[in-house]
Amino acid sequence: REKQLVEYFRAQMRKDPDMASAVAAIRTLLEFLKRDKGETILGLRESLKWATDCLTGEDSSVAVSSGGELFLRFISLTSLEHQDLSRCKKVMEERGELFLEKISMSRTKVAKLCHTFIKDGAKILTHSYSRVVLRVLEKAAAEKKRFSVYVTESQPDSAGRQMAEALRKLNVPVTVVLDAAVGYVLEKVDLVIVGAEGVVESGGIINKIGTYQMAVCSKAHNKPFYVVAESFKFVRLYPLNQQDVPDKFKYKADTLKTVQNLSEEHPMIDYTPPSLITLLFTDLGVLTPSAVSDELIKLYL
Amino acid sequence: TDVIIESSVGYFTEGPERKDDIVKAKQEGKELTKEEKQRLRKEKKQQKKSKEKKDDKPSRDSEKEKKPASAASPAPQTPTQPPAQKAPSAAPAPVPVPASETPSAADKPAKSKAELKAERRARQEAERASKGKKGDVGPQAAPGKPKAPPSELQPVVKRLPEHVQVDNPEVLKKLAKKLERQQTPEYNAATKIPLRSDYGYKVSLFSHLHQYSRKAPLTQQLGIPSTVIHPAIVRLGLQYSQGIVAGSNARSVALLHAFKQVIRDYTTPPNEELSRDLVNRLKPYISFLNQCRPLSASMGNAIKYIKKEISNIPSQCKEEEAKRKLLNCIDCYINEKIVLAAKAIAKYSIEKISDGDVILVYGCSSLVNHILCEAFEKNRKFRVIVVDSRPRLEGREALRRLVQKGINCTYVLISAVSYILPEVSKVFLGAHALLANGYVMSRVGTSQIALVAKAFNVPVLVCCETYKFCERVQTDSFVSNELDDPDDLIVTRTGTTQLEHWQEVPSLGLLNLVYDVTPPDFVDLVITDLGMIPCTSVPVVLRVKNVDQ
Repeated sequence: REKQLVEYFRAQMRKDPDMASAVAAIRTLLEFLKRDKGETILGLRESLKWATDCLTGEDSSVAVSSGGELFLRFISLTSLEHQDLSRCKKVMEERGELFLEKISMSRTKVAKLCHTFIKDGAKILTHSYSRVVLRVLEKAAAEKKRFSVYVTESQPDSAGRQMAEALRKLNVPVTVVLDAAVGYVLEKVDLVIVGAEGVVESGGIINKIGTYQMAVCSKAHNKPFYVVAESFKFVRLYPLNQQDVPDKFKYKADTLKTVQNLSEEHPMIDYTPPSLITLLFTDLGVLTPSAVSDELIKLYL
Repeated sequence: TDVIIESSVGYFTEGPERKDDIVKAKQEGKELTKEEKQRLRKEKKQQKKSKEKKDDKPSRDSEKEKKPASAASPAPQTPTQPPAQKAPSAAPAPVPVPASETPSAADKPAKSKAELKAERRARQEAERASKGKKGDVGPQAAPGKPKAPPSELQPVVKRLPEHVQVDNPEVLKKLAKKLERQQTPEYNAATKIPLRSDYGYKVSLFSHLHQYSRKAPLTQQLGIPSTVIHPAIVRLGLQYSQGIVAGSNARSVALLHAFKQVIRDYTTPPNEELSRDLVNRLKPYISFLNQCRPLSASMGNAIKYIKKEISNIPSQCKEEEAKRKLLNCIDCYINEKIVLAAKAIAKYSIEKISDGDVILVYGCSSLVNHILCEAFEKNRKFRVIVVDSRPRLEGREALRRLVQKGINCTYVLISAVSYILPEVSKVFLGAHALLANGYVMSRVGTSQIALVAKAFNVPVLVCCETYKFCERVQTDSFVSNELDDPDDLIVTRTGTTQLEHWQEVPSLGLLNLVYDVTPPDFVDLVITDLGMIPCTSVPVVLRVKNVDQ
């Protein structure tokens, strides 16, 4: 059963490489819900939780775990008073489809909010490969704005080069810089836009390693640091510092499974505290970091 | 006792005749006798009445009605003070509610500055307001509450409550009268709750607060009529004033237990309803306790809850049953809001304590001690640094409790905090109250520790139950605080008392503050029974709680 799940998930990811991994996870969970032959609501919830854990084991990003939790919460938020289990399941499935539809639109919403902050002639710095940032820049380019982009190379997987390729296709002038050159290049830049893998309760973000550095430098240079993220990435974590982020998010899933001594592994993500972030653009609106907690309370409570 | 202090100015509408008043008043100064002042007031009223239109009258009348009914907005009625009054609680507020009769050297220049500022504002307002609202002013006639003319939807500025206007004799007189008025009719009108008198010279910045002495027990200073105050409450008041019961949770729990005793001994008088009479019966007790030691935010919330429960008792409920229900409510409250909350907070906090941590705590917070003991029982390996400060030296109690459990502890005084902070990985602080703008009110010294921890980039965690959240907004530690007995500062470790005769030195003042206020930028995380929230989300929790209720 687990293998089926993981296979479906991988198929979803392959089908649409532009889709966020969390969306693929939610699609998988929806499919799982449809195929599930459980007898009770509680059993259904348990098996959904188990499925989410499996998926986190496959792809250890924060977004998958937060997406799964939000999906569960969203579908169970209805009044499940129907006597008939199949009717309940139907309601849950409908809610699931609704949820999926909402989040598929989320990137468009974010792009619509954010592109106005990119003025004509702006120089933008971004980090690694983020599909949301790409969508924002696409929209800005479509609005006939002229801007140029600096992308960090983002080792260890050189994802920045992928981003540069995608931007070249949009005819946007792009320069790839070393991760170490962020401080050097910041004086030329007008604003910094990054994506996020997860947005935590304090209003900080979890993103590819190197984001924290960029945030600290942009604070020192007094440049605005913007984060674009969909709302399903909001997660109920509250790290106090880098060390406080749980290990299961820091490393890739297969690394977690194979390697014994994690202290020798290089973490893939870091935590940026809310004091360094100017604004967050989400499909719930443009938020300040302190407003994130309010939104989370609304989403989760 | 919750008061919102609004600090913007544009709420008063004053007519152009104000300026003349001010000049006249300044010239007349202190020479005005009471009769003259009354005469002036009457004159103003006449002037106003002649100028006013009909529709302004109802608003003014309702204002005047509100004035005596709401004893929570006292203000001096002397004409010499209007401009200073009219600057509602703005930055000049702590210095400026000066009594014209007892000017201290520090107050007088402040008063004239405040007056000038208020004059300027008055002139601006006059220009702005001269179109629609005529004669809506007479500040002498109506007391300091700025008028909200019916055409504008302006919120009314609430004045500081009486207990923080100690340097104003008018206010004190009003308070005494109010305490008298709180008697239920069957009691002898001659008996009243006595007013406790202040002790010693007060530093001018805090002259608006009470400062009591603990040298002699309360019952020797005040004559407390036993028919008026229930003995359990008298005992509680004594315990508070002598510092036997101290600490936010301990005080609230003691208060609730005393109220339980009161309810048990209560009998409804004939022709009275329990729900209304009991609430009235509690009022003098609360005033008395306030005299012994100013109420804390947690106690305020507890009292609000009890009053609500009492007034919700249906009238057809029999007395025994009503009493049983109330006792049950109080037990539930204590259990839910204090005991279970502590368990929930401990559960969340243990996630934040990792092995090898060095945790810094300040003073003695029952909640923080509970958390550390729980974490130790769950086999987390950590050590604790207890920071302490004079004159209370509460850290010693915390140290005793932790060492008893077997936790590895270090003890330093607050002056060594910057020395020891590089070793520390986390700071856990308790709170007395969490204000609506995210500020943390806690024992004096807490904001210092938070500041130094921020400078060293050490995360600061505040642990606070939700029943301590209060609607008040405060940005500094001056406006509302508590002054402890200044004689506590006299004694040093070696036992010598060089400051013993401090009262004889006219230029010397001893200041023993109890609370201070920490801004939310220094606090990384607040752990409450609802979960872990950032400091800025306190208003959201308050909103959610109000919706629930």
